[in-house]
This record gives sequence, C-alpha cells and structure tokens, in this order.
Amino acid sequence: MAAISRDEVAHLARLARIEMTDAELDHLASEMDLILESVSRVQGVAGADIPPTSHAIAMQNVMRPDAVVPSLTPEESLSGAPAREEDRFKVPQILGEE
Amino acid sequence: MALNYDQALEKYEPTLGLEVHVELNTLSKMFCGCATDFGASPNTQTCPVCLGLPGSLPVVNAKAVESSIRIGLALNCSITPFSRFARKNYFYPDMPKNFQTSQYDEPICVNGYLDVTIETEEGPKVYRVDIERVHMEEDTGKSLHVGGATGRIHGAEHSLLDYNRAGIPLVEIVTRIIPGTDKYAPEVARAYVAELRDILRSLGVSDVKMEQGSLRCDANVSISPRNSGVLGTRSETKNVNSLRSVERAVRGEIIRQANRLEAGERIVQETRHFQEESGETRSGRSKETAEDYRYFPEPDLLPIVADPAWVEELRAALPEKPSIRRKKLQEAWGVPDKEMAAMVNAELLDTVEETVALGAEPTKARSWWLGEVSRLANEKSVAPTSLIQPSEIAEIISLIASGELTDKLARQVVEGVINGEGNPRMVIEKRGLKVVSDDSALMAAIEAAIASQPDTAERIRGGNIPAAGALIGAVMKATGGQADAAKVRELLLKHLGQG
Amino acid sequence: MIHQSAAQMSADLAAGSVTAVELANAHFDRIAAVDGDVHAFLHIDREGALAQASAVDASRKAGEKVHPLAGVPLALKDVLTQKGVPTTCGSKMLEGWRPPYDSTVVTNLKKAGVVILGKTNMDEFAMGSSTENSAYGATRNPWDLSRIPGGSGGGSSAALAAFEAPLAIGTDTGGSIRQPAAVTGTVGVKPTYGAVSRYGLVAFSSSLDQAGPCARTVLDTAMLHEVIAGYDPKDSTSINAPVGKMVDAAKKLDIKGMKIGVVKELSGDGYQAGVLTRFNEALEALVSAGAEIVEVSTPSFEYALAAYYLIAPSEASSNLARFDSMRYGIRVGDDGSRSAEEVMNMTREVGFGREVKRRIILGTYALSSGYYDAYYGSAQKVRTLIKRDYEAAFAKVDVLVSPTCPTTAFKIGEKSDDPVAMYLNDVCTIPVNLAGIGSMSLPCGLAPEDGLPVGFQIMSPAMKDELMYQVGGTLEAALESSWSKPLYASAPELAVK
Ligand SMILES: [Zn+2]
Repeated sequence: MAAISRDEVAHLARLARIEMTDAELDHLASEMDLILESVSRVQGVAGADIPPTSHAIAMQNVMRPDAVVPSLTPEESLSGAPAREEDRFKVPQILGEE
Repeated sequence: MALNYDQALEKYEPTLGLEVHVELNTLSKMFCGCATDFGASPNTQTCPVCLGLPGSLPVVNAKAVESSIRIGLALNCSITPFSRFARKNYFYPDMPKNFQTSQYDEPICVNGYLDVTIETEEGPKVYRVDIERVHMEEDTGKSLHVGGATGRIHGAEHSLLDYNRAGIPLVEIVTRIIPGTDKYAPEVARAYVAELRDILRSLGVSDVKMEQGSLRCDANVSISPRNSGVLGTRSETKNVNSLRSVERAVRGEIIRQANRLEAGERIVQETRHFQEESGETRSGRSKETAEDYRYFPEPDLLPIVADPAWVEELRAALPEKPSIRRKKLQEAWGVPDKEMAAMVNAELLDTVEETVALGAEPTKARSWWLGEVSRLANEKSVAPTSLIQPSEIAEIISLIASGELTDKLARQVVEGVINGEGNPRMVIEKRGLKVVSDDSALMAAIEAAIASQPDTAERIRGGNIPAAGALIGAVMKATGGQADAAKVRELLLKHLGQG
Repeated sequence: MIHQSAAQMSADLAAGSVTAVELANAHFDRIAAVDGDVHAFLHIDREGALAQASAVDASRKAGEKVHPLAGVPLALKDVLTQKGVPTTCGSKMLEGWRPPYDSTVVTNLKKAGVVILGKTNMDEFAMGSSTENSAYGATRNPWDLSRIPGGSGGGSSAALAAFEAPLAIGTDTGGSIRQPAAVTGTVGVKPTYGAVSRYGLVAFSSSLDQAGPCARTVLDTAMLHEVIAGYDPKDSTSINAPVGKMVDAAKKLDIKGMKIGVVKELSGDGYQAGVLTRFNEALEALVSAGAEIVEVSTPSFEYALAAYYLIAPSEASSNLARFDSMRYGIRVGDDGSRSAEEVMNMTREVGFGREVKRRIILGTYALSSGYYDAYYGSAQKVRTLIKRDYEAAFAKVDVLVSPTCPTTAFKIGEKSDDPVAMYLNDVCTIPVNLAGIGSMSLPCGLAPEDGLPVGFQIMSPAMKDELMYQVGGTLEAALESSWSKPLYASAPELAVK
C-alpha cells in the first residue's frame, strides 16, 4: 500500500504554498512513496530513553544585550522588492485575516 | 425573538479563556538590533534579520528574556529550568520568514495565577485566574490595504507592508479556562486585563497601550446549555483594543452564540473580529481546516536555562503588587470600597495618587478627577488625564482650601485650563476670578441687599436664620459670584445681630 | 602562475614578483578561456575584484602589514551573501537579487584582502550531489567534462580543479564541500559546526549547514580556514572560542603515535573497487608515517542517511518558506486580480526546481501533526545515537577515516531521475553533519578503472579541527612524494577558448 496518497501530497503542497499540476502531484506521490519507504528506517531505532538532538554542539543562553544598532536604510531594505509604493512593499491583495 | 444577555444566561453557561499579547518596551527588537520606536516612518527600523532576508540569523535579546521572567514571577508562575524557541510555520505576508519564532511546548513560564476582584450583586468577589503559560515570541509587520472602499482587506486592490513592527518582542500570556464566572464573564475578563495591565505597568516592561496595540487581548468564549456538562465550540475574538471593549466583546459573543444555538445553528471554531462601533464580532478566518503549524525547535537559537540564583534576584526586586498598593492607598486615604473601585474602573487611581502626592486632600482629589474633569472628558470623548495635569488640579484644590477660590470659581478655572487658556493662575488672572474677600466691598453689597429686602432682614433679626439664604443669594448675585458665600453669611448674620 | 598553490601565490605577492591585479587578471583570463565548458561560475565580479586587488597592491606598496592571503583570488559559492553582488543560490527564485548586506564569511574575506572573483554554481539551495540541480545549468567536472563535479558545491570545486581560482568557499550540509572535493581531486573542509559563522549563508538546513574552505592543497585550505573561522555574535550557534592553529597543524607533517580509526560501516558493498584500492593505499601511507590503524564500528551510521533525509528537508521546508515574492526575488502571476496567496503559490511553483519542491514536500510531511514523532522526532533521536557512536569512537582514536564517497564522479544525467540512488552518494559524509564534527576530504589518487580522483575523508572530534589538518597534511605529503607531483597537476588539459 502506498505510504502517501496523491490527495495527501496535494494537501502538503497547499501547506507549502506550491501550486502543482495533477501530473506533478502524481509523479511526486510515487517518488514520495519510495523516499518515505527508505527514510522510515529511523522509526523505532532509538528507544524512549534516547533524547532527541536538535543542536549537535550543545550550548545555551546565547543572548545579546538590548542595544540598538543601525538598521538598513529604507532604500536598502526595499532594494529587492518586486514592487513598492514609496517606502512600503507593495504586494497583491491579502485575503483572510485583518 | 432574539435573546438578550440575561435571557442567554438563563439557558446557557459561558466558558471564558483569555490570551493577552504584550509588546515589551525593549530598546531593540527580539532578535535584532533594530529600534522599536512607535510611529517611525515605514521600513526605517528594519534589517536583514527582521526582514527575513536570506542568510540572516536571529540572536535573542537578553532584556526580553529578563522581562518575560519578571512577568512570569509577578503572575506567580514557575520559571521553567529549560526553555526553548520553536518555529510556528504558516504563510502570511506580514510575517517576513513565513514562520513565527515563538515558544511551543517549552515556554519560559508556566502555572501561575492572578486574583481579580469584581463587584457583584452580592458584593465584591474574588476570582482566581489560572495562568497556563507565559511565552516569548515576535510581532508581525503591519499591512495597509489600499484601493477598496472600506480600507479593509475585503475589496482592497493591493496591500502595502511596513516591517517596522516585525520582530518587536511579544510576550503571550495564556489563561486556563476561568471557572465559575457565569454571568460575570464579561466583568471578569475586563478585570483580568485591567489587573494584568497594572501589573505590567508596575513592572515597567511594556507601554501597555491597548489603543496602540502594545497590549492586545484575544477572548476565547464558548457556551453550553446549563447543566449539560459539555464544553461548547469556542470562538477567538481579536481586535479588542480597550478595557471596555474586552467586556463588550465577551458579552456580545455570548449573546451571538446563544442566538445561533437557539436558531438551531452550530458554532464554528473561528477567529472573530470585534467591531468597536457595533460592539459585535465579525467572522474572520475559519479554523475548521485547522492550520497545521508544524512546530519544531528553532535550530538557529539555543535553549534558555535560567540560572535559579538570577531568577531569585529578579523575584526579590519585583515591585509591589498593584492590588497590595491599592489596599495601602485605600487605608491611607480612608476612602470606602465603592469609591476606590470607581477610581480603579475609571483608570484614575495613578492620577489621583499623583495629585495627592502634590498635597491635595484625597477626597477632594478623587472628587475633582471623577467628577468635573471626567464629565468634561466624557463630553469630549477623551481621557481625563489628557485634559489637565495632576499638578494643576492640586493647585486648584489648594486655592480653594486657602479661600482664594470658591468651588464655583474653581470649576471655571478648570474649564479655562482645559480650553488652553494657560495654567490655573493665568486663567484666574485673565478671567478675573478672584474671590471678593474685601470686607468693606462685601459690606456695601450686604447693606444694599438689606435695603432692598427689609422684611427678610427683619425676619432674620427675629431669629429666622434660614431666611438669610435669600439675602446671601442677592449678595452673591451682586458680586458676580466672586464672593465666598460662607464669608457673606458670616458678615450678614453678624450685621443683623445673629453672629 | 594560476597553477600554483595559494601559499605560493601568497609568497610571490609578498615578494613583489606578482601583483594582486595581475593575479586577478590571470584568473579572469583563465575563466574566460575555460569556463564556457566547465561552467563553474554564475557571476563574475570583475569590478569588485579588481578594486580589492588594487587596494591590496597599494597597501603592500605602502609597506602596510597585510594578511598573507591578501590579493589571492577566491571563488565564492553563490549561497553566501555579498553586498550588491547577485546571490541566486542556484535558484530561479532569487534571479537578480542583490543582497544589501555581507555575510560574515565575506566580511572576513574582505578584511583579509582576499580577492573575490565571483559566485560559483551549485545545486539549487544546496540540495543535491551533482550541481545538476542548478537553475542555471550544470557544472562539468574538469577531469571529464561528461561527468558531474559533485554537489552541491560543484562550482567551487570545479573552479579549483580547472585553475580558475586557487581558493574557494563551499558550504556543507551533508557533504556539499567534501564530495565535490573528492570527485574533482581537490581538498575541502567542513569545520566543526559553529566554527564558521552562518550569518549570510542562505539556510538549507540550519542545524547541519556549515561553510568551509576549499583549495587544491591542505595548507591552502588551512590558511583559508583561519581567515573565515571565528566567533560571530550575529550567529547564536557560533562557537565562542579562539580559532585553532590550522596552518601550524597542516605544516606539522608528523603523525607518529596517532591512532586512526577506520569506520567499518563506511566500506564494503556498494563501494567502487578502485575507491577502496586507493583508500587502502592511503592507510598504508599513514602506517608508514607512524600512525596506528584500528577498525572502529559505528553501528548507528546505518540510519544516518535516513535521519538526514528527514531532518534536512524538514528544516528546509521552513527555511525556504520566506521565498514568497513579497519582499525580494521573482514574482509570478501578479496581474492585479490575483491575491497574495495565489501569487505566492504561482511564484513558488515556477521559482523552485524539482528537487527543492520534493524536499519541501517531504519536510512538510515529516513535521506535520501526526507524523512528527514518527519521522522528525525519530530522526532527531537517531542523531543522538550517531553522536554517541562518534563519542565512543573518539574515546579510542584521534581521528576517524573513510572514503569520502563510494564512487568516483558519475556521468551527468546518470542519476538525475532516481533521487534515492542520488542520496546514496552522501552516505559517508552525512554522519559528520549530524554530529556537528569537523571533516576533510583530500585526494588519495585516481581510481584504476576510470582514472578519476578518489577522496579520502578524515573526521576529527568537535572543536579539534586541527587534527584533520595534521593528518591530512602528512598524508598529502606522503602521497605526493609517491606520485612525485600533486594530484591536481595530473588533471587533463582543458581546451582553451
Ligand atoms: Zn532588524
């Protein structure tokens, strides 16, 4: 049985904000099946007593003092903007929450 | 027939939980050195980090961590020995990285409480609000919706983004469900936010200005049929930007949900937006297709292991709790519960305290601020403190005490100060509001009054003291209200052999 | 002059027998002559490079003290930001983007007076082992133009092998410095995680990414290492400790009494015979130099590849979310009627290549509620086991060694339709990233069956990067004396245009 259905891939693509054609979804679903089959080897290898490692080099309490450093100029900040209106980034209409 | 609040409460029981977001008043942002000034021009307080530019990395602001721990301590929380940041993944244009750096299952503070008191029909009642967690996160940018008729998202043609606010440190304070509020849910919600705000202000960690968004409240409300034992579907109301709105939003939401259930409809789990004008809430984003935030530990940041000695140091340096401070003030001033509550509700306690500190008598200070100044502020729909300074009220009170002003004249002085005619002395000068205290001038007016009403004068001579009112009135009228009525009375009675 | 080591160029510059401008121009000439075939570079910054070179020449002329590498040219992987210079990460998504800030690596290079010639090609967002995943076309291996130069940093390594630059910067998430070094007969080092600042390194997998030095010799690599490494307060994961003496270690040429562990699990089935032949010869050379060789078992390495292909895509799915066309990069489909969400969806469809999309989807899945514990959570636990395997091994030996990759360079196109087979390339390099330790690949000869370079991997404990330089320098000297010249000098001549 396939580990992941086409519909699931479509749901993931929505979550990841990537438009995909039906053909792409089909192709990816079959690839994902293969990949998931090989990566699911990790399951059950480590017992419950093994802690997860999120940082290979263990450190803690790395912080900076609360001091202001110069920002970019708006010109620099907006230098890569696909569209702008004066000193704001111009983007297509935002749907959803206010 | 739509149910009103009382009818809704007869059939349904509300359940309340609150999430408060506080913008900390650190100098720099949560993860970068950009300034945090409110109202700066667009995108002038942005850098690679808070713009989420490729390659940029966050570094935690130590002051924000300290403030968060102090907030936790003030809310009777445990400071967790190991705390971590996590990424909350979802897409939104005002969020530069399309994930919010927040805390998930390892917040910095947990398991606290805050006691709040409200006035009920049975007298004051204390509710214990359990705090589930206090965690750190970052604010989003601000969007401006252009082109639509309303200036809102719907109908806008495009949006303009300013990331000055993106990355400002936020602390989120989440309550557990507050049990047993029943019909007082709106009042409890308000009292909680008010108390929390006072605590945050006393800690000096935030500007706590609801109208500027540095304190934001989300109210989670659900209702269930009385004695059903089931928990209803909740809605989350956002955009609540004043204490009054907190109360209105909760009340409005209870009424809305009750009426939906009455109509046989179901409650949708969703985000709703409070409408200041109508006091109602409007549907926002539906959470039916629950967002999957895919939290995971933030690899770019390291765990925070708060040194217990440091935590104890911070605990020892906490300021006095506002509730204790209030009790002390009440004792010192000798004001009854009701008046104390009125000052707190009107958010004038600090102001009255300041006025008293400048030498004013507590009852006088209270009555000026809650009376005349509040009345004028109401007329103008502004805060009383924006109209006149505590020092000016204190000065006016002292002029009354020394007899230089009468209450009536003092009201004119207040009006003058509010109208921008200058400080009290200048208003008195310009308007010529000096009390007529020159005895000979007053005597002339008294004699004129006696001459015009000989019968009344005769009755007073015969021992009918209350009849003096008519003559005093005539004198006051003759002097344009600038005489001290008590003084007039004293001279008049003496003159007629009754002094 | 372009065929020399960076150390030699440095000496010539110091002696005044060549100027930095001459050196830069010689490399630009070489690039013009051969890069049409190799395609190592995505962008040449002639103006910036010559300005830096002139400044260095002026300083030297004025008798100012300059860094030994001042004036030596370098090729920069296109995943590191350089202010005002295009940075694409090999992706269409960032076409035309000129960052408004320098990465810390670039800041350090500029401070030392290193001349940055331009930006090198790479697999899109560093995802790949062949540089075929670049949106701007594949890079070719100078040893055989029909073969891959490794990846993701194939551009940097190919530039070194083709004498287009004596120094290069790579980044290594699962082997992207070492595997290209191995298949191009060059040297590449992945320092201990946190040794080199990640500030300005466009993140693929934040907990694994590490920038490092690449060159044709161990000494050159060490010199560059000392320039780019060091504490950076802008990177929370940066190690706050002095940089070790890499150059001294590389020059030591003495490993007598050192214990070297051969990783049992990184050998055997699936390894090309010629790779193992050369690897074993190198072990003999180490024994001759006075080291003791012992076999070490690291049982959890078996799961490293699977753990990596969960952790890296998971972090990537989050790191790459910012490419949404709102603030920078390309924007697709904004015709005034579409919503921001629709435009994001369309931009990400067009802007990302197949491999990137595949990994984003895989990572999104591994982090989803309901799957987190089974995938991401399990993988992070495997990571703990791998760390423990290393700790146990380093309790017994000073360094560990293995082949850098199971095979020599494969043909372009050979594995591009089989992601799982492609992922197997990284089987020897990945455990290092999961544990955060340092590792080097250096050439140990040409495989007899195909005449292509074979890489030898040295792994040293965290924060002891100098050990791999010590062993690498010694091994390089021993092998070169047996070959009578450096391996890179036997590379076939490229057609000059
Ligand atoms: Zn910033």
